[in-house]
Amino acid sequence: MTSKTPPLPLRTNVAMFVRLLAIQGSWNYETLIGTGTGFCVEPALRLLPGGPDGEAYRAALARQSQYFNAHPYLAAVAVGALARAELDGEAPKQIERYRRALCSPLGSLGDRLVWAAWLPFCSLVALGLFGLGAGPLLVVGGFLLLYNIGHIWLLIWGLRVGWREGLRVAPSLGTPILRHGPQFIGRAGAALGVLALPLIFDRIAGSGPSGIVRLAFGMLVALAAAVVLVRLQGRLEGWKAGLIALTLVAIYSTLRP
Amino acid sequence: MTPADTALVVVAGAVVGFDTVSFPQAMLSRPIVAATLGGAIAGSAAMGLLCGAILECFALETLPVGASRYPEWGSASLVGGALYADAPGGSTGALVMSVIIGLSGAWLGGWSMVRLRTLNAQRARRNHDAVASGDPRVILGLQLSGLTADLLRGAALTVLLLAISLPLRDVAARGWTQSPDSTRLTLGIAAMAVAAGAVWKHFASMPNAKIIMLAAAVLSVALVFFA
Repeated sequence: MTSKTPPLPLRTNVAMFVRLLAIQGSWNYETLIGTGTGFCVEPALRLLPGGPDGEAYRAALARQSQYFNAHPYLAAVAVGALARAELDGEAPKQIERYRRALCSPLGSLGDRLVWAAWLPFCSLVALGLFGLGAGPLLVVGGFLLLYNIGHIWLLIWGLRVGWREGLRVAPSLGTPILRHGPQFIGRAGAALGVLALPLIFDRIAGSGPSGIVRLAFGMLVALAAAVVLVRLQGRLEGWKAGLIALTLVAIYSTLRP
Repeated sequence: MTPADTALVVVAGAVVGFDTVSFPQAMLSRPIVAATLGGAIAGSAAMGLLCGAILECFALETLPVGASRYPEWGSASLVGGALYADAPGGSTGALVMSVIIGLSGAWLGGWSMVRLRTLNAQRARRNHDAVASGDPRVILGLQLSGLTADLLRGAALTVLLLAISLPLRDVAARGWTQSPDSTRLTLGIAAMAVAAGAVWKHFASMPNAKIIMLAAAVLSVALVFFA
């Protein structure tokens, strides 16, 4: 049934892609990205029999705007697949069931790949460039370019694979990048982090009068504090601890006669 | 900063705040980007970058996962970078205060996002019947109103942070008694502690990651001593 669906017009594809960049525009604690998903699928639904004034269009839009949750980038897979299912005229009950089933894998795969691996990795690349003495343009430009190659690729890939496979998209989520990507990027991030941190520290703290001794002392204190923060994981967030510590330093350093 | 610079900071603050979740999530809102942009507007991208790199070390720890509560780094980092770049003489006291403003502003920004999401939920509930009937105008309206509200949230947060933090930055810049060397060391230790903890939390559980980290640490030490 799905193989008979004609390719999406370029204009519809572009509209869906641009809307995917704003899928979280109405994110809320009731429907999460449900409204956003309907908003993204909508350009394809205009191709249903009767067009945007038809009954099929309104019924499909209503279905696609209910509660939905997924990682915002991998939601592209769902948007493509659900658009295909609606245009193929799949049974509404089957579409709704499939829509619910997609939430969990698209959420966890995206969180592991993007938020827990790709973003920190790109962030460490930018910090590493900073540590090596790169200027603002290289650090910021390099970071934005690297991160968004992954970001845009995921959106385009998701939309294409979703549209191509329709309700049979699940096996495509087993692609090596989604399955092994987080581990591969994580290992690269681990090495990069350890290599880059001393350079970053040196650039933030400055070499100072006693050079290497100062660097070694600072790094040891920082590592000891890091061990404490790791041990207190779940009870104390590092950035909040840092804020409190720096505020105390600022009060002392400003008020001291 | 001139009034034109201040206006530009507010516009940029709205844009980077908007980028965090709503559109286009291109990571313009990361501290290393936003603070550098703020610094560039205020006259020194390099000073903005220094402030942004410190804030990025803190931000490494937080993951912007869906419904969880996380700091909104964009607008606050932009203000932090602009404030430091605009500080008279580039005082290290001003740098510390800019980082504090970035961190506390990110906290406030995270709170404002939760409020916005609650308002979006109320709006969605009020329009439930229209959405359930597939009314395209209501669905488009919900999306556009959410987007607009987030843009305004970023702008309002930037204005508020600028108003609160300019006098604080000046007090710190004028009255700072610690030496620049020890101030930078303190900042480096704080940033590095959080960044090192974050690297461990994110990556140490990956297969072979601990061995890789150990090898990288040995290589790192060797480079520092022999380079």
